[in-house]
Amino acid sequence: MKPLVGLAARSLWNRRGSAALTVFAIAISVMLLVGVETVRIGARESFARTISGTDLIVGARSGPINLLLYSVFRIGDATTNVSWQSFELVSRHPDVAWTIPISLGDSHRGYRVMGTNGDYFRHYRYGNRQALAFAAGMAFEDAHDAVIGAEVARQLGYGIGDEITIAHGIGEVSFAEHGDHPFRIAGILEPTGTPVDRTVHVSLDAIAKIHKLGPGPAGITAFLVGMRSKDSLLQMQRALNEYRAEPLTAVIPGVALQQLWQIVGVADRALFLVATFVVLAGLIGMLTSILTSLRERRREMAILRSVGARPIHVFALLLLEAGLLALAGVVLGITAAHAALASMTRLLAGRFGLFMETGGPGVYDLLLAGAVVGAAILAGLVPAWLAYRNSLADGLTIRT
Amino acid sequence: MTELAIDIEGLTFAWSENRPVLDIPHFEVRPGERVFLRGPSGSGKSTLLGIVSGVLAAGRGRVCVLGEDLGLLSGGRRDEFRAAHIGLVFQMFNLLPYLSVMDNVLLPARFSAVRRGRAQPDPATEARRLLDELGIATTRSPARLVTELSIGQQQRVAVARALLGRPELVIADEPTSALDSDARDGFLRLLMAECSATGAALLFVSHDTALGGLFDRQLSIDDINRARPQLEQS
Repeated sequence: MKPLVGLAARSLWNRRGSAALTVFAIAISVMLLVGVETVRIGARESFARTISGTDLIVGARSGPINLLLYSVFRIGDATTNVSWQSFELVSRHPDVAWTIPISLGDSHRGYRVMGTNGDYFRHYRYGNRQALAFAAGMAFEDAHDAVIGAEVARQLGYGIGDEITIAHGIGEVSFAEHGDHPFRIAGILEPTGTPVDRTVHVSLDAIAKIHKLGPGPAGITAFLVGMRSKDSLLQMQRALNEYRAEPLTAVIPGVALQQLWQIVGVADRALFLVATFVVLAGLIGMLTSILTSLRERRREMAILRSVGARPIHVFALLLLEAGLLALAGVVLGITAAHAALASMTRLLAGRFGLFMETGGPGVYDLLLAGAVVGAAILAGLVPAWLAYRNSLADGLTIRT
Repeated sequence: MTELAIDIEGLTFAWSENRPVLDIPHFEVRPGERVFLRGPSGSGKSTLLGIVSGVLAAGRGRVCVLGEDLGLLSGGRRDEFRAAHIGLVFQMFNLLPYLSVMDNVLLPARFSAVRRGRAQPDPATEARRLLDELGIATTRSPARLVTELSIGQQQRVAVARALLGRPELVIADEPTSALDSDARDGFLRLLMAECSATGAALLFVSHDTALGGLFDRQLSIDDINRARPQLEQS
């Protein structure tokens, strides 16, 4: 078989115009597949790293996914609040290590405003149990201080000491500005790659004041709970879900994330399927170009037979050709995909909070390359078989 | 070498039932003999060459080439046998356009260890010598593309390839029909000389009767083939 690799390569080179087009078609399809897969895995990881170290998320009675969405991802709204009494009760429970209150419902120029307290900066964890850190300034001290996420600071160009007002509701343009209660930016957080970057944090007192609810919070939207020991986690969750005084929902973030991912995963799998079909289209393009070349290459096959090539050599030659085309396409596609991803990492992280692994091509890419080349060789069986049959029938007679 | 180059006894061959293309009671070519076989197209000579070169499986009868009964060999073994012992030259377009002149000449050595081993002192050197003798300058650019050559030159390259590794039998199927008369005579002289130099038997097929005089023996396909395929078809 060794003499054939050189022949296949040179035969392809002789038809480099159409061969290059085929390689490009495969490369583009592979690039799309690699891109989709990397974004998919990145999205999943970035999703999973949004919250960590929190044992329970507690909110008013609702679906677990809804609770997760509004409390962690700042998507959607809570239907009702949780009473301050319930929050206090859980906070004082001997098995509970810490709690973080969350009060949502206002916004600043499209960014969600979250009322909380100092425990948020002490106990909130994301990614691999990383704590929040300040790029500048510090946590809020009074009802006029605000701490903003990295993206808010960057996008709106805010610095420490700048004054902002917040608006009721969550639209980008609101007619109900809480203009009588301005805030001063006291701290800016380091980027986290989570929705924290897109949040304006103020104290619960401030939330109460701007809504003129009098001193002290009457209710909060949700709260996060950290347990002293995992042993009592399920017990606490059941107790909260069955709490008589107020209808509550308590979810374990990991479980809710899993459920959410199952829903998002449908779109995600659809995307993968589409990309796979694009690769398939690329391979069919290759098949077409090889098949059309067969007719004019019957002479080539007859010459090879006359100098001693067996029909099986002709068969192998065409398989090799398909394999070489696919290999070139895959290498080009994967290289281009990773180059593109590397140049887009910052953009994806900043715009979409997607933190990609950019360690270059990995095991996944090898598997993909193997699968595509394998599929190409499988497809190559068709022209190989035709050429094999032709060369048996034609022998040395060259028909044109 | 005492074995006959070609020894055919009672060969019949038909593409389809009741339409014999070949019916050859006896035909032989002695070692080193140069035979001119005349016949119009459709007379079954391409089929005969296919059988002798082992590309087609013989129908009934015995076909021995260089003492080897081709009927006893599998298709793969016949391919191997052809690669090792037979050089072929076609009417035209003998060369692979994507290989250099040198690589085209070296093709038999690529597929056959026997031819590779018999090329003296090594395939590349012998290829260069053959090309030189056939008037294809290799010193200037041995990696030259075949597409730059005239048809006459291409046919001479094909001869060099057929002779590389000293095969015992050279089969030429109308190799001169695409050449003008000057080129044809020159080509023929070179072919004969090279075959003599290597001691190869030459089976030369053409419809051009004017060439016959240069050969040891000339005969018409009708002299050996009792079937009349072209009549059956009309």
